[in-house]
Amino acid sequence: MVSRRDFLKIAGSAASTAAVSLVGGEAAASPLHLDPDRIGVLTDFTLCIGCRRCEWACAQQNELPFGPLESCDDQSVLAEMRRPNAERFTVVNRYEPSEGQAKPFDIKVQCMHCEHAPCVSACIVGALEKNPLGPVTYDAWKCIGCRYCMVACPFQIPAYEYDDNLTPRVMKCNLCEDRTLKEGRKPACVEICPQEAMVFGKRADLLDLAHDRIRNQPDRYHNEIYGEHSVGGTSWFFLADRPFTELDLPEVPDTSPAEVTEGIQHGIFRGFTGPIMLFGLMSVLMKSAGDKRKDEDKEDPHA
Amino acid sequence: MHSTPANESAVLDQDIAVVLPDPGHGDHGHHEPLWAKPPVPFFSRGTLVLCVLAAAGLAVLAARLIWGLSAVTNLDDQYPWGLWIAIDVACGVALAAGGFTTAFVAHILNNEKYHPVVRPALLTAVLGYTFVALGVCVDLGRYYNIWHVLMPSMWQGNSALFEVGMCVCCYLTVLYIEFLPLVCERFIGRVNLPGFLKALNGPVDTLLRVLDATLARVMSFFLIMGVVLSCAHQSSLGTLMVIAPTKLHPLWHTAVLPLLFLLSAFAVGLSMVIFEGILASRSFKRSIEMHVLSPLGRIVPFLLTVYFGAKLIDMVNRGTFRYLNDGSLQSNMFILEVVLGIFVPMALFMSHRLRRKPVVLFTAAALVVLGVVLNRVNVFIIGYKPVYADGPYVPAIPEIILTVGFISILILLYRFFVFLLPVLPVEEEGHNA
Repeated sequence: MVSRRDFLKIAGSAASTAAVSLVGGEAAASPLHLDPDRIGVLTDFTLCIGCRRCEWACAQQNELPFGPLESCDDQSVLAEMRRPNAERFTVVNRYEPSEGQAKPFDIKVQCMHCEHAPCVSACIVGALEKNPLGPVTYDAWKCIGCRYCMVACPFQIPAYEYDDNLTPRVMKCNLCEDRTLKEGRKPACVEICPQEAMVFGKRADLLDLAHDRIRNQPDRYHNEIYGEHSVGGTSWFFLADRPFTELDLPEVPDTSPAEVTEGIQHGIFRGFTGPIMLFGLMSVLMKSAGDKRKDEDKEDPHA
Repeated sequence: MHSTPANESAVLDQDIAVVLPDPGHGDHGHHEPLWAKPPVPFFSRGTLVLCVLAAAGLAVLAARLIWGLSAVTNLDDQYPWGLWIAIDVACGVALAAGGFTTAFVAHILNNEKYHPVVRPALLTAVLGYTFVALGVCVDLGRYYNIWHVLMPSMWQGNSALFEVGMCVCCYLTVLYIEFLPLVCERFIGRVNLPGFLKALNGPVDTLLRVLDATLARVMSFFLIMGVVLSCAHQSSLGTLMVIAPTKLHPLWHTAVLPLLFLLSAFAVGLSMVIFEGILASRSFKRSIEMHVLSPLGRIVPFLLTVYFGAKLIDMVNRGTFRYLNDGSLQSNMFILEVVLGIFVPMALFMSHRLRRKPVVLFTAAALVVLGVVLNRVNVFIIGYKPVYADGPYVPAIPEIILTVGFISILILLYRFFVFLLPVLPVEEEGHNA
């Protein structure tokens, strides 16, 4: 088939070419290049009155279908639990009142903008990116529509335009990146909130603020900041009067699942050592098997 | 799959080994019987059924392209992946593992006994992976952007899916290269282009010869590359779901899922060769190559043992036994996958007496195939529970029609290439007594 020398020459040169040319191109395990001044939002659910104006403002900002502002006054939609979808990046859901309160308890959910976002880690072409300044953003032009981000998201946030036959997009909150990062304004939902239930600012400051609130009013708050450690930390924090599982917020690990998969990927493929070693092993096996056969053939020329 | 009796006796009278007419390019030394062209007509009742199924599948494909994914699938924001990813892609890749496992056993370990099954396995792999790629494209929302995966500017080395995509691309190329010698062998000295293209007969023939000679020198490299690339993406396919620990059922979610995918691919690769080898023999009215397939079947229980061993250690390690008797669909499916796909075939394969019976060998191989299909379906569909699930995912009828249609086209193409190219070896006398 091929002489041993030829073969080893080919194998050797291919392996070294692969090692030299590809290792450089292979993305190394990405340390998170996050800006210490990155932005975030703190939502204090105890202040929310369920007016749904944030939903309206979000729809305006992102050009999503929504009725006039007055349509928010229709509170009947709060009877059922809703999830963000391709036409609604944020939704308000209603729960039983706190103990001793008459007013129902409302919460607002949207993309959490994880620090080490599984969707970003999963994205095959880098269409989803973690901006070092905070937002997890989406570039529809790069997207191939594999929807692996949706599988990866622990909060089940990204939605998809399944109805679009040609240019479907992954739909989710982008922390109003145009407003917040380019114009220095608050996100649309934060700006419209009549209760100031949301605070926009530097992530580090928001954590301090949240801790202060819990410390100052321990009776008002459940002693946990949702997002402080969730999936290794997020850019959006929640404060509530009760455990977050009672608000249907998922229990998630304190580290990003992306750390595990990236560990596996880079463990096997760092410097292509795994594949190159396997290649070497196969070459040796093939050569020794070939030599053995040659010897046998010599002994028995009629074989 | 059966031709009429009259047909049958007529074709059986012919010599099964085919010598192609030499169009007259002088002596090229290709007069010996090349391969066994099946002694049956191309079209049988079975192939006609397949044609109908294929047409239905293509109709669904057209609907998907015209009206979008929502028109033909039950996919939604909770279940972004469904039947097409589980069957067309995950099972497609696993069941095409016969390509690299036989290449390893027959070529790298240089075990000549197994050479007769290499080409059928290679053809399955070539077609299997081609349809994996097509299956992915059907599922992609922006399929026309698939080339983005190959652009270094968009490479995303953190993504397990990127690794799968790159490896499948490279492996598909390697498979086509491995397949080229069959084309050369078939047409060298027999290039006979119609009409005015006749003038090109000489140059094309020369081209094929150069290609053949070049390939012969470098084929070892590609054979090994094929094994390396296969190991890489068979395992990475398992890494995919590791990123969803809160969604995938603990019976399947484990950091060693990539290893389990790889080990099961080894076992199912060889089983698939046995399974399709016996099926093809029946369809093409050949005697079953028990002298090759039975020894192959002897290897499978070892591979199954390693696979099950890893699964067991992982279960003990994570203490997931407690999920086994909770009576849920997931727990029952897991038990089914292990008992039907590992224990039963292991027992069948291990018995020397039973293994020599074609029916038993076929059943055992089919069970391993079924077990791995169940495993992939479990990992990608049954075991996948979205955080806010308001019901299970059940594939829509068009999803099933498209998958069945694609498999039908694959089988039809397999049949076509078996008739066109030297895939099946000439039957040897005396082995099958």
